Amino acid sequence: MTQSVVVQVGQCGNQVGCRFWDLALREHAAANKKGIYDEALSSFFRNIDTRSGDNGPDIYKGKIRSLKARALLIDMEEGVVNEILQGPLRDVFDSKQLITDVSGSGNNWAVGHKIYGCQYQENIVEKLRKTAEHCDCLQCFFIIHSMGGGTGSGLGTFVLNLLEEEFPEVYRFVTSVYPSGEDDVITSPYNSVLAMKELTEHADCVLPIENESLLEIVNKIHQMINSGKLGSTVKQNSLVTSSAGCAKTLSEKPFDAMNNIVANLLLNLTSSARFEGSLNMDLNEISMNLVPFPRLHYLVSSLTPLYTLADVNVPSRRLDQMFSDAFSRDHQLIQADPKHSLYLACALLVRGNVQVSDLRRNIERLKPSLHFVSWNQEGWKTGLCSVPPVGHSHSLLALANNTCVKPTFIELKDRFMKLYKKKAHLHHYLQIDGMEQNCFSEAISSLSDLIEEYNELDATKGGPRVDPSRLKIAV
Amino acid sequence: MRNAGRSKARPQPAGMSDIRGTHGLCSQKENESYQDSCKERFFCEEESGAPVARAVLVDMEPKVISQTLSMAARSGHWKYSSHSHFCQKQGSGNNWANGYSVHGPRHKEAIMNLVQKEAEKCDRLGGFFTIMSMAGGTGSGLGAFVTQCLRDAFPTSFVLNHVIWPYPTGEVIVQNYNSVLTLSHLYHSSDALLVHENDVIHKICAQLMNIKQISFRDVNQVIAHQLGSVFQPAHTAGGGSGYSRNPLGDLLEPLVPHPEFRMLGLRNIPQMPESSLAYSTFSWPGLLKHLRQILIANAHMEEGIDWQVRPPHPGSSIPSTNKPLHFNTSIANLVILRGKDVHSADLGSFQDPSLYTSWLNPQDAFNAWKTPRAFNKYEKSASLVSNSQFLLKPLDSIVGKAWNMFASKAYLHQYTKFGIQEEDFLDCFTTLEQVISSYTNL
Repeated sequence: MTQSVVVQVGQCGNQVGCRFWDLALREHAAANKKGIYDEALSSFFRNIDTRSGDNGPDIYKGKIRSLKARALLIDMEEGVVNEILQGPLRDVFDSKQLITDVSGSGNNWAVGHKIYGCQYQENIVEKLRKTAEHCDCLQCFFIIHSMGGGTGSGLGTFVLNLLEEEFPEVYRFVTSVYPSGEDDVITSPYNSVLAMKELTEHADCVLPIENESLLEIVNKIHQMINSGKLGSTVKQNSLVTSSAGCAKTLSEKPFDAMNNIVANLLLNLTSSARFEGSLNMDLNEISMNLVPFPRLHYLVSSLTPLYTLADVNVPSRRLDQMFSDAFSRDHQLIQADPKHSLYLACALLVRGNVQVSDLRRNIERLKPSLHFVSWNQEGWKTGLCSVPPVGHSHSLLALANNTCVKPTFIELKDRFMKLYKKKAHLHHYLQIDGMEQNCFSEAISSLSDLIEEYNELDATKGGPRVDPSRLKIAV
Repeated sequence: MRNAGRSKARPQPAGMSDIRGTHGLCSQKENESYQDSCKERFFCEEESGAPVARAVLVDMEPKVISQTLSMAARSGHWKYSSHSHFCQKQGSGNNWANGYSVHGPRHKEAIMNLVQKEAEKCDRLGGFFTIMSMAGGTGSGLGAFVTQCLRDAFPTSFVLNHVIWPYPTGEVIVQNYNSVLTLSHLYHSSDALLVHENDVIHKICAQLMNIKQISFRDVNQVIAHQLGSVFQPAHTAGGGSGYSRNPLGDLLEPLVPHPEFRMLGLRNIPQMPESSLAYSTFSWPGLLKHLRQILIANAHMEEGIDWQVRPPHPGSSIPSTNKPLHFNTSIANLVILRGKDVHSADLGSFQDPSLYTSWLNPQDAFNAWKTPRAFNKYEKSASLVSNSQFLLKPLDSIVGKAWNMFASKAYLHQYTKFGIQEEDFLDCFTTLEQVISSYTNL
């Protein structure tokens, strides 16, 4: 079994990360009734005996004593991390896993990347090494951050670079929250585009998330509950937006519901690597199957179901509905419609009581309405994990490498150009040591090239299919 | 036996249930002889009493092997040795190059040590049966590497690879690359490839076994039954002078007369849910009529056979391009019959020269094993191991899709980073196009 380390950077990164750890504990508690520290737990948690102080040795077998998250919490402001340390998760982290400062990055990528990057480089590397040493077989780093600010975006991508240098064989999966059009941070387009270049060049896989999509899902669920028709029969803890042990959504902070969705995404992504199943899908397989060309590694994700109804009848129809929903516009975690764009590859991670025949039946059913690139007409990667998420009998995470990310990138580029043409706020960046004009031109050029690659693929969509001729053998 | 990658050990469960089952409708003495032969062939006696499988289990990640070991031990009737597996922590990521070029050399010594130990326990080593899938990274890549090592270390032993072909859609996206790389490499080091296709077995589960929600466990159960029907003790020499002591040799020598033709397909009838067995009776003429048409028409099971397909007129030498379409030409066939009144079964129809290519004598091209002891609760059971055009279309399809992907260079960076270059791919494509061409022109 392998381990993964989560690196949460900035305000958004840490808030999402916090939800992730909370839900992970809940998930493992539900699956692990005997309180034994097992392989599944060890993928994200260490087990130590705190009676010998925080420096106690790791306990690899036997009863769970004290679980510590394999995580690094980085923020250049103290507020969010301090709140985590005073909350119910305080025992899951120890002080050696934190890197904080006081003044923040002022929503400036350059401050995060160049100033704090330089300042904290040694500290970050040392702490990363420590967490890696506690791992028997470290497979993957998960970075969680937002793109629009300064710390998550700038320092987050600096850490990404560090990970590639210091741990070149460990996979780098990045969950990035992209700013929406009405983002209140004016310079978010600059920050995002500068960060994009780093993601394109140094990440193995990126899962872009847009707040608008998360909000729409949250609203949809509220409607379901408050509509009165099905409200009473919805199992509260099955909501993809609900927090562990928190039945009422009112008592949660506003972003918690949205962040829970992202936390569930990460749980589902790693479920097959943590629990057993008839068709395991490890993280290295996700990267292998979904990334046909190194730079095109942006994966659109969707989670179903969003909730479970308490009356558990009609299993097969609900199962098929789950597959259909995974491809609908309103279940995607970014504003995109994969059905009407071109698929390069698609992965379906199924959890729970689902057999290979259900999987095959639904793939056959949905295939005709989807457009796959000509050289990957059967570009499906599938995984079956037997342990469902809490509150569900089964669930599905779909990951699509699809040209439908293009509009998000084009909009980002447009917003960037609006500011850049007028040189608005540029001086805040250029005055930072190490920042030059060509950082910007290179970044926008990288984004343009990426968009162009998607354009070329889109151009092949719907055209006549010309298969290349086969090798001829002399008879 | 060696099991590489995620493909689980299949023959033993069927084998064990077969010998523990009813007395096979034969004399007690005969039955005991059968049981002993099976135990000796596949298991080792240990002091504790429970038979220990002659198997080495290899996987680059631990979950499946640990499940396999505990499932066997739970049966109470047999187990794997606790020292016969090799495991790592992180799989091959569906990457053939990772399995072949990285894990192979890195773990060669440890794996071959396990094999050597197992081989030394044998009085008389008949050969190696390697079970692997070709869609993933370990079974395929490491499987190909280990096969080569087996060939190098045991140059005079038989090496038979049992290869699982994935569903054409959606198991692993790069499955066609992995398949092309595997098949071409195996062609150079293995004696023969015995193939099971997941979608064929899936159809058997759906249409014959009446299983509603088919799981991999169901698929594997059918595969185990089919393998058991071939590898359980059989009378291979004429006259029933005891069970064969050289099963792999007896299988491979007649079926693989020419090194260019190594692809073996397997068919078994009848197949039905256990609950229906008591209500069914079969006759050898009926079973053999179906089996022959399955061969000729390239059907997968006893339902949906195309009875219109007929062999070309005997005697006339027809160029292959004029042979009736859909007709499956054979190089060699082996029919294995087990059960009641087996000696009354007439296999003359399988010796029809029009079934075979012209360059082998039909007497040499066709062989039969008849064993009175019934198999796995079936009163009568007939299997066909065929070196014919059975696998031509699926092979062509896999190579075509892989070529299509290769032409756009998709995913190549994932292989080149572990040392498999574009030229290596081209060599593999060439090898397989050659195989396709050879089988097409039969």
